[in-house]
Amino acid sequence: MHRLPRAEPATLSDDELLDRYQRAAFGYFLDHVNPDNGLVADTSRPNSPASIAVVGFALSCYPIGVERGWMTREAAVALTLAALRFFAISPQGNGDEVTGHKGFYYHFLDMRTGLRVWRCELSMVDTALLIAGMLVASAYFCADTDEETEIRQLAEALYRRVDWRWAQGSSPTLRQGWKPKSGFLHYGWEGYNEATILYVLSMAAPDSPTSDDSYEAWTATYQWENIYGYDVLYGGPLFMHQFSHAWIDFAGIRDAFMREKDSDYFENSRRSTHLHRDYARHNPYGFDGYSENLWGLSAGDGPGGFRASVERRRHRFSGYAARGAPFGPDDGTIAPWSYPASLPFAPDICLAALRHLGDRFPEVIENFRLPSGFNPTLANRRKFGRNGWVSEGHYGLDQGIAAMMIENHRSRLVWELMRSNPHILRGLRKAGFSGGWLSEPASPAGGGDGA
Amino acid sequence: MARRRTKAASFPVDHNDVELIRSGHPPRWKNPEPNGPYNLVVIGAGPAGLTAAREAAALGAKVALIERGLIGGARVNVGCIPSKSLTRTARLYADMRDAESFGGDTPDHLHVDFERAMMRMRQIRQRISRADSAATLVAEGIELYFGEARFAGQDTVTVAGRTLQFRKALVATGARPALPEVPGLAEAGYLSNETLFDLTKCPQRLLVIGGGPLGCETAQAFCLLGAKVILAQREPMFLPGEERDAAQILSDALAREGVEVRLNTEVVAVRRDGGKKLADLLRDDDTTTISVDEIVTGIGRSPNVDGLGLEAAGVAYDAAGIKVDDFLKTTNSRIYAAGDVCLAYKYTHTAEASARIVVQNALFLGRKRLSELVIPWCTYTDPEIAHVGLYPAAARQNGIPVKTYTVLMHDVARAVMDGEEEGFVKIHVREGSDTILGATVVASHAGEMINAVSLAIKSGMGLQALADVIHPFPTQAQGIKMAGDAYRRTQFTSSWRQATTRWLARSRR
Repeated sequence: MHRLPRAEPATLSDDELLDRYQRAAFGYFLDHVNPDNGLVADTSRPNSPASIAVVGFALSCYPIGVERGWMTREAAVALTLAALRFFAISPQGNGDEVTGHKGFYYHFLDMRTGLRVWRCELSMVDTALLIAGMLVASAYFCADTDEETEIRQLAEALYRRVDWRWAQGSSPTLRQGWKPKSGFLHYGWEGYNEATILYVLSMAAPDSPTSDDSYEAWTATYQWENIYGYDVLYGGPLFMHQFSHAWIDFAGIRDAFMREKDSDYFENSRRSTHLHRDYARHNPYGFDGYSENLWGLSAGDGPGGFRASVERRRHRFSGYAARGAPFGPDDGTIAPWSYPASLPFAPDICLAALRHLGDRFPEVIENFRLPSGFNPTLANRRKFGRNGWVSEGHYGLDQGIAAMMIENHRSRLVWELMRSNPHILRGLRKAGFSGGWLSEPASPAGGGDGA
Repeated sequence: MARRRTKAASFPVDHNDVELIRSGHPPRWKNPEPNGPYNLVVIGAGPAGLTAAREAAALGAKVALIERGLIGGARVNVGCIPSKSLTRTARLYADMRDAESFGGDTPDHLHVDFERAMMRMRQIRQRISRADSAATLVAEGIELYFGEARFAGQDTVTVAGRTLQFRKALVATGARPALPEVPGLAEAGYLSNETLFDLTKCPQRLLVIGGGPLGCETAQAFCLLGAKVILAQREPMFLPGEERDAAQILSDALAREGVEVRLNTEVVAVRRDGGKKLADLLRDDDTTTISVDEIVTGIGRSPNVDGLGLEAAGVAYDAAGIKVDDFLKTTNSRIYAAGDVCLAYKYTHTAEASARIVVQNALFLGRKRLSELVIPWCTYTDPEIAHVGLYPAAARQNGIPVKTYTVLMHDVARAVMDGEEEGFVKIHVREGSDTILGATVVASHAGEMINAVSLAIKSGMGLQALADVIHPFPTQAQGIKMAGDAYRRTQFTSSWRQATTRWLARSRR
């Protein structure tokens, strides 16, 4: 993909600015896809494996590229089909040298062979993000051509073959991961997080859905809190308030929990975004740069695991980690992609933050592409430069959520596509969602089930 | 403090310990001769047994108290008193290292005198135990027996060759550390909370197995005293059952202080290698081996039920301890149990509270219930983690809608002044009301702060009323009031505001 000419962000209108950031984020997928199998690298770093979640984001972003004229429909179809065909024929099983098991996939795959790498886990939520991307593709590519028909058929088949029931283990809630020797990982996965779409997809599955009590059992672990004056369903890192929302428009629709609290998940993401901003204003640990326009703690890259004193305060810095507000962990590392990713919820403060970033830390941004994280507190310390630590290269997840949420803010494209998907509708209803757009008559557009 | 060198590695370590024994189990003690039936025979002179014996004696009961070891039980001798004494010294060193952030000057070279810390602990233990000396108890009218107690029938106990008849008896024999089933651990040797405090040298590398309250407290204290500590926890977070944000803050604090945190990690084998101990740690599919000098484990507590002749008395028990009903009565209506031997919550304060219930119910036809107790608890790490009442998840599982009012300690002025701004106050209320269901406080002095909430719950005060309690400024307990203030702000609804605005507008005319 050719690079855009450098532009002074300050001179751009809001929409022009967003267009630049979105196009730069979208470009990640074309830069880092293996066209033979549709796999996309987890990061832009040398020898990065593919991440199945990043493939899910890529599949969701190709329709955006087509609509915005950044790629042809043919090219999008080709990359989408390459990925779907790869997953359809990739080896499954509980042994070595496989791509997945029970219809789920390992989190990280070799870019070329597509086999599991790093002894990583079979990941339930990352599989859900991949499947969500497939469903976007099947909703968008609705033409009556052989290739687009194949996209719809493959997406449907790959969704249907996931054994969601198995992933519950012996409990009502879904397990987070599985490994061949140790079985299900018993990582605590309680409380609200990014997994709503996993539950929606798993409950709606025609062949092996989760038991009907799964969503309720999960929401039983939710905690409704009044923090800094905001009533919020708490989730520490911002990505928890963004990921499922990239596909599903939660504005105005409510499950039992939100009916009880007289709110909805979209509003909750808005408040949580403001809460992060308020936290940065409080800046309890005195990190450099934090302000009403520099905020956003999330899951992402970090400066590495070490302890250091800065300005007579002892801190522990981490590598890749989920950072959260207001309970931490917080090591002064900001995830700047949080601004586009929260854009639909709180456009004013997100745009202000994005502009502040461009004004104050222009060197952190590479041709409008945002890094996974940067830490101004470490400016001119250890081996870091005057911007502090800046994550090397780019992460596919960050680029994907940025491109999708900017699009939802601009045109609602992904939300509209998914509203027409019968699986999503069924899953939401089984989870107890009602009201808002769910009560409206179904739109005739789209072809979700490939029938 | 006079400095004495002690080299002994087993109890009694020094003259403080000798004094402890002299007062808690005097040599050449002469047991009394039983003279007719007792109103109450108490087996075990820990917190539960001491409380029951004293209360009953004070009310005029004829009471026998039987102890096989030292008066005081786990609390004084191997429990929270020695551990919290040591924690204080550990905190001192942490503050010295952090002196700069308090506006002081960090010493260039900080030498940790472990022996001195342990000696202070033993002095404190001995001093506190004095209040419960054998002589004091006798002076309070308690007939004190030393020896192994054993039920000989439905209403008799034998001890040291004597047979005691009772109208009512209380089993308060406590619990001991439960050893995790790790192959090779017993052979390689380990420290429990019963032997930990006999250490005279700080181990260089220490593996702590288990991330419950004891494991976390021990790991943090020894880390601050200079040991390289690895804390292995099977579960995905520390303090299972505690709120995840509390566990998260503790995890961060431990890591920041230098504890090597290994979550989701099980110790699967231990073996000796020269003077070192090798431990295999399993996480998911991967095993790693670490080399340490000592291993501390205190996972869980096993009730002391063996050798008591409980079968002869018709008292049922299982691995969890003696079975009691809500009135703390065992399956023998003459016999009650209290404290660690029967309770799920094994704390000194619950032991004492349960003993008071027993005195009322056993001797005065009382109908007091265990389930009516408002029981707070606290983990004495830094920050401390204190809890009382229901957790939100438990409330929601019971169909109770919950809302939590959260105050961050970094918004509490005194906490900022003290450099202790880590943590929060969370007060859980029934949604739509100010009825307090429970609270969790994470703060440097959470154990002190939680008391206001316990009092409120016990006396039926709501969160609104807590907002009306005036606190001296500045105090950290202000955080509790601030949660009340947060509640009150949510009551200023728009219609209420419209009404007050109208009223005030009219007042200006």
